[in-house]
Amino acid sequence: MSFRLPDVQRLLFPVAAAISLNLAVATSTQAAEPPIKVGLVAALSGQSAKSGEALTRGLTMAIDEVNAQGGVLGRPLELVRRDDESNPSKGMLAARELIQREKVTVLFGGLDTPVSLAIVPLANQLKVPFMGIWAAGTKITENGAADNYVFRVSAVDELVDEALVKYGADQGMKKPGMILINNPWGESNEAGFKRALEKRGLENAGVERIQDSDLDVVPQLTRLKNAGADTLLMVGNVGPSAQVVKSLDRMGWDVPVVSHWGPAGGRFGELAGPSASRVHFIQTYVFTEHNDAKGDALLAALKNAYPQIESLADVTPAVGIANAYDALHLSALAIENAGSTDGEAVRDGFYQITDYDGLIKDYRQPFTAQKHDALGPDDYVFAHFVGDQIVPLNP
Amino acid sequence: MFTAAIVTGLGLGSMYALLALGFHLTYVVSHTVNFAQGSAMMVGAVLGYTLCITWGLSLWLALPLTLLLSALYGLVIERWLVRPFHSRGSQAWLMATVAGGILVDNLALFTFGKEPRQFESSLLNLKVELFGNAIGALQLLIPLVGAAIALALFLVRRYTRLGKVLEACVQNPRAAMLMGINVNRVVAIAFAISTVFAAIAGLLIAPLFSVNAEMGMLFGLKAFAVAILGGIASAGGVFVAGLLFGLTEALVTLYFGSAFTQILTFALVILALAIRPNGLFGSQALVKV
Repeated sequence: MSFRLPDVQRLLFPVAAAISLNLAVATSTQAAEPPIKVGLVAALSGQSAKSGEALTRGLTMAIDEVNAQGGVLGRPLELVRRDDESNPSKGMLAARELIQREKVTVLFGGLDTPVSLAIVPLANQLKVPFMGIWAAGTKITENGAADNYVFRVSAVDELVDEALVKYGADQGMKKPGMILINNPWGESNEAGFKRALEKRGLENAGVERIQDSDLDVVPQLTRLKNAGADTLLMVGNVGPSAQVVKSLDRMGWDVPVVSHWGPAGGRFGELAGPSASRVHFIQTYVFTEHNDAKGDALLAALKNAYPQIESLADVTPAVGIANAYDALHLSALAIENAGSTDGEAVRDGFYQITDYDGLIKDYRQPFTAQKHDALGPDDYVFAHFVGDQIVPLNP
Repeated sequence: MFTAAIVTGLGLGSMYALLALGFHLTYVVSHTVNFAQGSAMMVGAVLGYTLCITWGLSLWLALPLTLLLSALYGLVIERWLVRPFHSRGSQAWLMATVAGGILVDNLALFTFGKEPRQFESSLLNLKVELFGNAIGALQLLIPLVGAAIALALFLVRRYTRLGKVLEACVQNPRAAMLMGINVNRVVAIAFAISTVFAAIAGLLIAPLFSVNAEMGMLFGLKAFAVAILGGIASAGGVFVAGLLFGLTEALVTLYFGSAFTQILTFALVILALAIRPNGLFGSQALVKV
């Protein structure tokens, strides 16, 4: 009989993170200087808690590096986190608290598009840069504000949909069916998919919705199959995505599945079983056995800081870690360019970044007044699960 | 396609029915319900996973242990969240059982973890040919187990001493007490049985779905709608309403699309209750004055 307590390790994680942060601050040469605070509002509990954990890890690793190099403006960086519980109103309250009470210089957002959309007006009103590092809703950065303080180092739904449709078409897709999570994220992608299909003159076999609690997706999939779908375009978090794959197995329907990055958010390989590998999904970064020097260094640092990371299967979700890591370094450069922690100056500091050799890519003028998204379709990679590990397709 | 939808609907419906029978049982003996039924379903699945997969116990040891611990959960709910309020004529047990369920869901979140896990079962890969469709054996097992439990409940109530004791408490708790029946104990047993039903539902759907700390909330809500739809005082009505609800969900999805599943299903529930306010199979309670 084996007995293990993986969750005790998870419970200890915030303590370990806090200790490592404190040590970093205490041993820094700028210990006397007050730290520059950066905030994170993300899901730290609930089903999306794994995403908050990944974002924290990415930010913490980058902060440790920045502080080891002398900090920013001669001051160490300090991370302050709040749990939004995937709830927009809680996220907005947490963001207000971090901006007004904790005086964070840059605020980072989490996984949920609705939460980020709730924070966007506040960030623009209070003139504090808000950096999206996961939520992919197009309207987060394209929010219509004359004075836009929202930036992003992550995928963008509109561009992802275009990339997914292109990928499917390259594989011979003629008439895809859409199976989408029944929330604003699913709706945002439905519009994007339809535009991308229309652009190519492709028709669709219909749109079906899935819920987190769906036990069986056979009826929805049957409708798409009967409508002649030759490929499935899927948008959903790890649980519902796994239900789709299990239902496909039950139906015996061998159809290609091209997906947004939801399956990468958890133990998809375990939940969906052996057929998990049939789902090809998009990522901004994947840790592999053969990373570049920066990737290897970060992987080693992660293993050192978090002993529960033993294999590549444990460095999930990699996109959260990688997006957060690059976004923090870009934010540090922006503060350095601003020469102060004033929100407007830091916002302009982002525009002044010329070069940064990051983990996901080498950034060249990543932001301008018209372009607040640092990543584009060329930065996406397609991957699938092999066992519990995410492996790039055609690396 | 139709057969697959029917099997899906019967499986879903049996699960709702099992949870709803728990609502029925506690209602008839005490006029209270356990709003933590959804959480009891989660407890069954999480305990089963922990004992079987994490601790590596054999299935035949893990299953009875899971059901025993689930019964204990029901006893705790009755003793600490229902009886103190109900005995004083307060309706606060309503909120107390809701709060208890949320508390246990969050405890599971911290101890079991935040990620959904897969409860492997060899039955998942076993297929049975039915009307030209390959149907998973587990999908067929769920309605069969549901029907067997409903039948067992009927037989126990009609032919056993426990059933007669239950019936006495249903008909007149005060007279039952005067006859030497420990009504508190009977109510406690009813709560224990109700959480065991929920745990069985959780164990049955775990391989088809996934095991996570928040899996029971929506199922619990739907099961309560089923209990009201069937007529909460009628065991047979509750079971049939569960099957109807599951079948409606599956068939609406198949013929009208998933966008209409919840809209049409709940619209039909409202319509049914407008026509028959005491539920499809319920009857108006007689009040003797």
